[in-house]
Amino acid sequence: MPLLEFTSKGIYCAQANVYLDPWRGVEKAIISHGHSDHARWGSKHYITHQMNVPIMQHRLGKISVNGKKYGETFTINGVQFSLHPAGHVPGSSQIRVAYKGEVWVFTGDYKMQVDHISTPFEVVTCHTFITECTFGLPVFQWEEPQTIHNQINQWWAQNRDEKKTSLLMGYSLGKIQRLLKHLDPAIGKIYTHSATEKMTEVLRQFVDFPPTELITKDTLKKEVEGHLVLAPPAVLGSAWAKKLGVLSTAYASGWMALRGARRRRAVDKAFIISDHADWPGLLSAIKATGCENVITTHGYTDLFAQYLRGQGWNARTEKTQYEGETLETNTAE
Amino acid sequence: MRRFATLIETLDSTNKTNEKVAALTHYFNTAPQEDALWAVALLSHRRPKRPVTTTLLRAWAAEAAQLPKWLFEETYHIVGDLAETIALLVRQKTQKKPPTLAQCIAEIIALKPKDEEEKKAYILMRWQGFNHFERFVFNKILTGGFRIGISQKLMTKALSKAVKIDENILAHRLMGQWSPEQTTFQQLIVAPNPEDQMAQPYPFFLAYALEEGFQQKENTSDWRVEHKWDGMRAQLIVRGGKHFLWSRGEELITDIFPELECLAELLPNGTVVDGELIPYKDGVIGNFNDLQKRIGRKTVTQKILQDNPIILMLYDLLEWEGKDIRAMPLIKRQVLLNDLYQNYKGTNVPILLSEVLTFTTWEEVTQERARAEEKRSEGLMLKHKEAPYAVGRKKGSWWKWKSDPKTIDAVLTYAMRGHGRRTNLYSDYTFALWQKDQLVTFAKAYSGLTDAEIKEVDRFVKKNTLDRFGPVRQVKPELVFEIAFEGLAPSPRHKSGVAVRFPRILRWRHDKKSAEANSLEDLKQLLP
Repeated sequence: MPLLEFTSKGIYCAQANVYLDPWRGVEKAIISHGHSDHARWGSKHYITHQMNVPIMQHRLGKISVNGKKYGETFTINGVQFSLHPAGHVPGSSQIRVAYKGEVWVFTGDYKMQVDHISTPFEVVTCHTFITECTFGLPVFQWEEPQTIHNQINQWWAQNRDEKKTSLLMGYSLGKIQRLLKHLDPAIGKIYTHSATEKMTEVLRQFVDFPPTELITKDTLKKEVEGHLVLAPPAVLGSAWAKKLGVLSTAYASGWMALRGARRRRAVDKAFIISDHADWPGLLSAIKATGCENVITTHGYTDLFAQYLRGQGWNARTEKTQYEGETLETNTAE
Repeated sequence: MRRFATLIETLDSTNKTNEKVAALTHYFNTAPQEDALWAVALLSHRRPKRPVTTTLLRAWAAEAAQLPKWLFEETYHIVGDLAETIALLVRQKTQKKPPTLAQCIAEIIALKPKDEEEKKAYILMRWQGFNHFERFVFNKILTGGFRIGISQKLMTKALSKAVKIDENILAHRLMGQWSPEQTTFQQLIVAPNPEDQMAQPYPFFLAYALEEGFQQKENTSDWRVEHKWDGMRAQLIVRGGKHFLWSRGEELITDIFPELECLAELLPNGTVVDGELIPYKDGVIGNFNDLQKRIGRKTVTQKILQDNPIILMLYDLLEWEGKDIRAMPLIKRQVLLNDLYQNYKGTNVPILLSEVLTFTTWEEVTQERARAEEKRSEGLMLKHKEAPYAVGRKKGSWWKWKSDPKTIDAVLTYAMRGHGRRTNLYSDYTFALWQKDQLVTFAKAYSGLTDAEIKEVDRFVKKNTLDRFGPVRQVKPELVFEIAFEGLAPSPRHKSGVAVRFPRILRWRHDKKSAEANSLEDLKQLLP
């Protein structure tokens, strides 16, 4: 029996009777990170990184959860588990599973770039590497993050000079805080949407961020003019956004590398920045683990596995319900 | 090249028409005239001849990006645009000063006669020397089809602001076949020589589909009604003893329709008429398929002329006795056109006059519309009696009121990823009808669904794939759609035996199961 199996409820370790990031309710679940396609509601007991505990409590309410440190080993029925930084969002982990000398690593979601809010990705040597590949296509090759952060600040400064309000949209957990961390408060004030503000508040206990101010129904157009507003992507075109006055809108996502996606999103400015590994990032991570077997779980899974087979890996695809950074929806993360 | 690529990047990154016009105007004001002229040419779909095949470009790009050929192809299908795929996969290696747009296009033109190795060396050198957007624009010029969401109208508007010449005059100057290789900005746009303009067509006036509530607002007697002839729009020019025939796509089609040659001598010099080329044999109007046999043929044999003769159905007069009379009211133009036609009526000259009808009530107009099939038209045209002949698509004085389309319920069987805005979404569909217990393909359709519906179908396709053929996925035959089309004709070339025109999706029939879709037999019942 393989150490980890792909079942209708999630990735399952039979020896320990525990699931990794299950998409149905189970007895015991080890969770890689707080995004809603990985940390799902309904399990009796959760184990995750200690930084992810308040994130999960914020999202799922009252749950039974046990926080672990990076590198701390815990054993369930002879199987050794440990969490290792994935660099995806604060509190995100790769899950290492070892039994009788055999080592598997499940990445959850990850990136190789350093974002200054998450603990940077750590290479974990293994035999079998279960990897995401949301951007597992060679057209995805990210620029240096600092280049993008500079572009964002320039865009903001220009809008301020034109008396426009900058509306910058991205995922509420991870992306928004990464953007916030690199905004230049000398340009103006930073306002937030309530969904964004709450998650940022949760993360302030771990990370130092510039100050933000929540937009309320009493906030006047004149007040926000020339300043920057952080919000989730769903606000685009909403009544809430209209109340912000004359806007320049921007969306920050890895998908913005594609022209068609940019045009469909219909924002004034697109910033190509992602919390997932790009093509070279995925390949370098796989190489560094020294693994023989690769299982691709979400993203361009078939193409990526086929390419890896051509490069000499024993690679295959398994169906999961993880979505990664989605191109279309405004809900999942 | 840098200036032009920056322009394209700016145009690409805003949704606001005013900002697009401002960016274009700024470009026309600041770019060297040779560059500006090429920009006008590219944005009005005029481009240098393709120097290399896309097959070669794909092979070279895969090699330069160090990717297996299959992965390059798959990536291309997902990105949906070859120029963009190459721009993304091949990265900049050298920092050289890029050539100007005009220089770069001159290089591309000079490339055509060279051998493959030289072509490859040149293209790789440019790919690796350009930044992302320069590489994208360069590839667009190489591969043709410069469609980037800038209409010719928008470009003309911006040019008009830059050179301070009226938009309609500019639209006229930019018509027809010209190339920056043979003309200059000064000659074409700023101060054209009238003698060079003998073949110059006028911009076509285009109608909108009739709007709801039209009849309640308008007096029937203010409108002139014609049948909407089902053929190919064309403008015939007779000047200086020569004749020129232009299609709506601004292509010179004089040689494709040699039967109209006699008009060069028959019609007085300084005459320009607007009309429809329609198949017409033994006094009967044929169907559109007959005309298609004539379009796109380089050599016109006697047999084709005999089997598929055409005539020009006249409906407007734009130039008379050498004068531009487009500003005259419609009814005056129609009187002049009618007088002209009377000289040839009943002879074997290949022209007819589109009959102008007047009615007193909208009821009568509606009854006339119901006679479209019998008249072999697509419906009616309503034209305001006082209206001048305007430029391009303008609302208000010309309306088309087509017959209701025929419809049939069909099953979605295959899907392909779309292009442009629909990149990465399964948005191009194949539909089938029942023949006993088999589904037979009968049409492909790309339009008619909302963005939200496309996303829903996309999700269905990804979850219900039965088989893959390159970019195409065969899906479980479950979803039923009502497909509308403009008419149909028997066709031995189609598997279904029937060719439908302009099929599009009318609505998603959530209420129907695939077994309840129509049969091929039902479709054949609709044949005229």
